[in-house]
Amino acid sequence: MTLSQPTSGTLPVQAQPAVQAATEVSTRPRRPANRWYRPKSIVAKVLLLAALVVFSLLFLYPFLWLLAASFKPRGQVFDNKLIPETFLLSNYSDVWSEMPLLSWMGNSVLIAVLAALFVAVSSSAVAFGFAYFKFPGRTFLFGLVLATMMLPGAVTLIPQYLIWKNLGFLGTNVPLWGANLFGSAFYIFLQRQFFLGLPRELFEAARVDGASYFGLFRRIAMPLAIPSFIIVFLFEFQSSWNNLQASLIYLNAGSVEDFTVPLGIAYAMTKYSPTNGGHGDYQYVMVASLLVTLPMLVLFAFGQRYFIEGIATQGRKG
Amino acid sequence: MATLVRHDTATGATSPKAPRPLRTRTYNRREAIAGYLFISPWIIGFLIFTLGAMVYSLYISFSYYNLAKNTTRPAGLDNYRAMIDDPKVILSLKNTLFYAIMAVPLEICFALLLAALLNRVGRGAGAFRTLFYLPKMTPSVATAAVFFLLLNGNTGAINKGLGLLGIDGPQWLIDPAWVKPSIVLMTLWGVSGTMVIFLAALKNVPRELYEVASLDGAGPVRQFFTITVPMISSAIFFNVIVLTIAALQVFDQAYLLFWRDQTNASPESSLFYGVYLFQQAFRTFDFGFAAAMAWLLFVIIMAITAVQIRFGNRFVYYEGDR
Repeated sequence: MTLSQPTSGTLPVQAQPAVQAATEVSTRPRRPANRWYRPKSIVAKVLLLAALVVFSLLFLYPFLWLLAASFKPRGQVFDNKLIPETFLLSNYSDVWSEMPLLSWMGNSVLIAVLAALFVAVSSSAVAFGFAYFKFPGRTFLFGLVLATMMLPGAVTLIPQYLIWKNLGFLGTNVPLWGANLFGSAFYIFLQRQFFLGLPRELFEAARVDGASYFGLFRRIAMPLAIPSFIIVFLFEFQSSWNNLQASLIYLNAGSVEDFTVPLGIAYAMTKYSPTNGGHGDYQYVMVASLLVTLPMLVLFAFGQRYFIEGIATQGRKG
Repeated sequence: MATLVRHDTATGATSPKAPRPLRTRTYNRREAIAGYLFISPWIIGFLIFTLGAMVYSLYISFSYYNLAKNTTRPAGLDNYRAMIDDPKVILSLKNTLFYAIMAVPLEICFALLLAALLNRVGRGAGAFRTLFYLPKMTPSVATAAVFFLLLNGNTGAINKGLGLLGIDGPQWLIDPAWVKPSIVLMTLWGVSGTMVIFLAALKNVPRELYEVASLDGAGPVRQFFTITVPMISSAIFFNVIVLTIAALQVFDQAYLLFWRDQTNASPESSLFYGVYLFQQAFRTFDFGFAAAMAWLLFVIIMAITAVQIRFGNRFVYYEGDR
């Protein structure tokens, strides 16, 4: 396996497995299905299938439990029956008045779309800069990009809060997507990897035809990079939809209507908790949990290929 | 831009016979400028949100920060001293390390087991992979909300299930000894990201190796440990590092299960470093103290990662190395 760019020789040590994984995925021809590796005896086949089915049930059980609980009345949420004794469809109509779930989802969709779009565009531009152009300090700067992947978020948490505070953005959702305008290390790495795979002649030909550097990016690189653009968009959308800590920091003091999905559900868990004066109406929390999971499952249904490819190429934690 | 060496300098003073200096590189000035323009968003972001923020955070850690007036005054080493004297910092650090030591090996083993099983199925592997991946798509709040009820010591489904096997399940959310395992359990449910990386690595192991080994009479278990594990060691290594860093920063699950409700007294064994740091920063607004905690975490993570890399490089087989 050889890397196509001399820059990778000086990557930080910790980044090398990721680079290796990425280039392996992109440069290796797809192997034919590995028939030899499959178990031959019927007993082994049955055992293998049984193991997979058992694990599937373990993975699925919480979903089924959640689905069942979302239809139960208050007193039966804890009965662990997968088919509710009393089917209460009204949980699904009442939840909207029990908590401002619609505003939460609206806020989260807006934030996630902005966050994902901004980070995908900015990371693509930066990645193209690193992949196509030669300039002094390129190797060093790309090393810095990779190094920032290792930085624990806690270190910059407080200064970033103060930056947004001093800019007057506390209580708005700007801090939840603002930093995405400047690209993000992992996505830059991912997109650069993709751009390096494009044949350089393509760009040289366009240059001869008089295309500007920005034209190369907009008219050639971006259209070809749509698959990796989608990977970045989906990852960031999911990560934004999930982001509890930022919501806690920037939105918790505001009004409940302005909450995001994760903050809202956390709030509801507390609100209905008997230790907090609630009546244990966890069925509403279950309905809400199910409803906020659905968009992610839909996203996965349409983008499974991209998620799996992105993860396999990755260094993404959590 | 002083370091730029233009194309035309070579044709001027230097004779064609003179050996070129080894490290001279030529850059096209316009191309270099365009390159800097393309990466400028990242440079700006890096200077403000990473480098600037790090320097500022270091400064805050040596200051008393008055949030109301937005002023600082020098604190010397006071924040660091207070941090070392605070038993909760030590406690939360111990809790976090203990959790990481328990969670990371289990995650690696479980993900590897699932990947190895999936790698052996032909048709249908895709369907199982999709199923295994679903928990990864579930928002952590939804996972926590469900597991909060599943883990209930008296009525939860997990203890009911254990009861069927004749096991008397523990009070997962109350018993200090079982608080961390309950978070490990939730983490294991969402292990499929790690699994997918392993699966990609397994697909790249040349099958000839297994053919030779099986001719030599090695059974499947022996093959797994003498061929599979060494061949995917770089993926294992990578996952260990990434999962360790994630485990040391664990926040969401611990916060949602134990620290969301401030009126509720949770067992201290569930106080993780990330949670305590968050409380210090955004509940008591003691920014100096919290910044000092963040730097301690940074140093610990770097140290652990450095040890892992030093130790790991002895065992890892890189296909690219020759």
